[in-house]
Amino acid sequence: MADVVLRDVVKSYGALPVVHAINLDIAHGEFVVLVGPSGCGKSTTLRMIAGLEDISGGTVKIGDRVVNDLPPRDRNISMVFQNYALYPHMTVRENLGFSLHIAKRPKDEIVKAVAQAAEILSLTPLLDRKPGQLSGGQRQRVAMGRAIVRHPDVFLFDEPLSNLDAKLRTQMRVEIKRLHQKVGTTIIYVTHDQIEAMTLADRIVIMRDGHIVQIGTPLEVFERPVNAFVATFIGSPPMNLLPATVTDGALRLSDGTAIPLPPGLTARDGQAVQFGVRADNIMPEGHAMPPTSHMAFVDMPVTLTEPLGTETLLFGTLAGTEVQAKMLNPRPVRTGEVLRFGIALDKCHLFDAETGASLRV
Amino acid sequence: MYRLRLPPWLVLLTPAFVVLLMVIAIPLVLSFYSSFTAFQLTRPETITRWNGSFNYKKALSDVYFWSAFGRTLLLVTVALNLEMLLGLGLALMVAKVTRGQRLLRTMMMFPMMFSPILVGFQFKFIFNDNVGLLNNALQSLGLTDIAIPWLVDGHLAFIAIVTAEVWTSTSVFAILILAGLFAIPQDPVEAARVDGCTPWQTFRYVTLPFLMPFIYIAMAIRSLDVARAYDIVQVMTAGGPARRTELLWTLIGRTGYVDARMGYANAMGYIAILLSIVFTVYFFRKLTTARTSLGMGD
Repeated sequence: MADVVLRDVVKSYGALPVVHAINLDIAHGEFVVLVGPSGCGKSTTLRMIAGLEDISGGTVKIGDRVVNDLPPRDRNISMVFQNYALYPHMTVRENLGFSLHIAKRPKDEIVKAVAQAAEILSLTPLLDRKPGQLSGGQRQRVAMGRAIVRHPDVFLFDEPLSNLDAKLRTQMRVEIKRLHQKVGTTIIYVTHDQIEAMTLADRIVIMRDGHIVQIGTPLEVFERPVNAFVATFIGSPPMNLLPATVTDGALRLSDGTAIPLPPGLTARDGQAVQFGVRADNIMPEGHAMPPTSHMAFVDMPVTLTEPLGTETLLFGTLAGTEVQAKMLNPRPVRTGEVLRFGIALDKCHLFDAETGASLRV
Repeated sequence: MYRLRLPPWLVLLTPAFVVLLMVIAIPLVLSFYSSFTAFQLTRPETITRWNGSFNYKKALSDVYFWSAFGRTLLLVTVALNLEMLLGLGLALMVAKVTRGQRLLRTMMMFPMMFSPILVGFQFKFIFNDNVGLLNNALQSLGLTDIAIPWLVDGHLAFIAIVTAEVWTSTSVFAILILAGLFAIPQDPVEAARVDGCTPWQTFRYVTLPFLMPFIYIAMAIRSLDVARAYDIVQVMTAGGPARRTELLWTLIGRTGYVDARMGYANAMGYIAILLSIVFTVYFFRKLTTARTSLGMGD
């Protein structure tokens, strides 16, 4: 086990930089998820840590060693790939034991380690099969088993669940979390799925265009997004953003609707902003959480409903922008019905319209 | 007037049957039949002179036939292994080239574009003991002062023939293996690197198993090719001198067309074809095994 430190790490392909001088400290035993839209540099960053990509600048440290110029085999890391990357000509047993076999460990030690890994991941009945005879979920478990037999310093996961169907993905997510609790090794996990990031991570690193946008615990990035990008990327459904102008200490939406300025936020008079409110904080009267001391009310016609059982998602239009709201203890709602919605202002956000930066103090 | 009305399927298939009959069935039956006769090309009436399995017995007890058989087997073994190793090396190097790879691939095919007869003449010139390029070069460099009898000494002539054969056809292996290299998924290779493999171990345990099906396809194609080797050898040494480089088909060709003993030549031909069939079956078995082990089978 070891901590991982990235200092001003740069990756460029020729003159094209794809990762811009990122800094990241990952503590020993921590589960860190790199998340962002495709092309944000998260996989490249992971592959630089693995040693599968050259590092164009800066340093990567694993434990107390700078690993920039070490080949992957000398970094004591394990990696789980998106396409499983199993060796198709080897049985599950051989796949699991391959790294130990390469390291010329004694036979009985290999047998023991393989049996143990197979036990942890319930692969024991499959040991003599070839990868071609396994289902997607089983293959992914073999890939994880191959990673854990070596007791590496760091586990690297590169979008390991994106090839699985939704149900299996949920199952494997739990297994990965369990695995981390069991072995306690540092994990760096790359995904584009914010739900995976939220559910798995000790800390989430949100990346965009080769930069780190925000680092924080799942609740921190959910509750205090540093900008509009993080606010809309994290959380489902994405946060509603309404263009507004600050006038006389209140927000004025484009159709003239006035909403009091949420507490804890500062904005200049006349500043163009985006008013951010999650669906969980805009609910129809009578079907909402108990109101807080800072409430605003708006009337909004419902254009579409998505019943989910315990709650219903309501789509409405407010000042020309589509807004998603939640309805607890739902009742049937007709399309076009105008409802009165309460907005919990103390849970709302303001972002500068130009820079997107949060105006929270 | 009565017209014969054949069913349409028969009418439609007749041309194909006729062609098959003319091109394959008749020559096959005729040659097989003649291998049991004392048929001589110069005396056509001898085709009716049945002599049972005499030709086969004669071939199987003929020391020249067996030495040609053994030499052919040796040529297949040596040439195929050399071509495989060189082709593999060539493919691995070309795969690393990033700029001008297309041009290199085309250039790699050049030897295959020449007629084997001309390749034979070219190497006959290179290996000629008096005016040949090789001896001249060796002598100019002071490495030897005698004229090495490249095409006269049996062992040296064999080496010369293998060289010509390898020169023409290594690209078959190189091209097929290169295709294999491009088809290898990158993930397992990267997984092997992370799993602690050195570049050699990655090649040995991951890349090579993926390449084996391609290597066996090349082997199957080339084993048929080399087992029927005739042109290059006929030009370079004509199986001589004194049968020192005699291969199956130079022997069969001479027996049939020079000595005109076609019945005997056909008998030897049928035995020789067995060799090719054995090679084909062997390499296709290997191919199937390699594919199954990669999960590509069924």
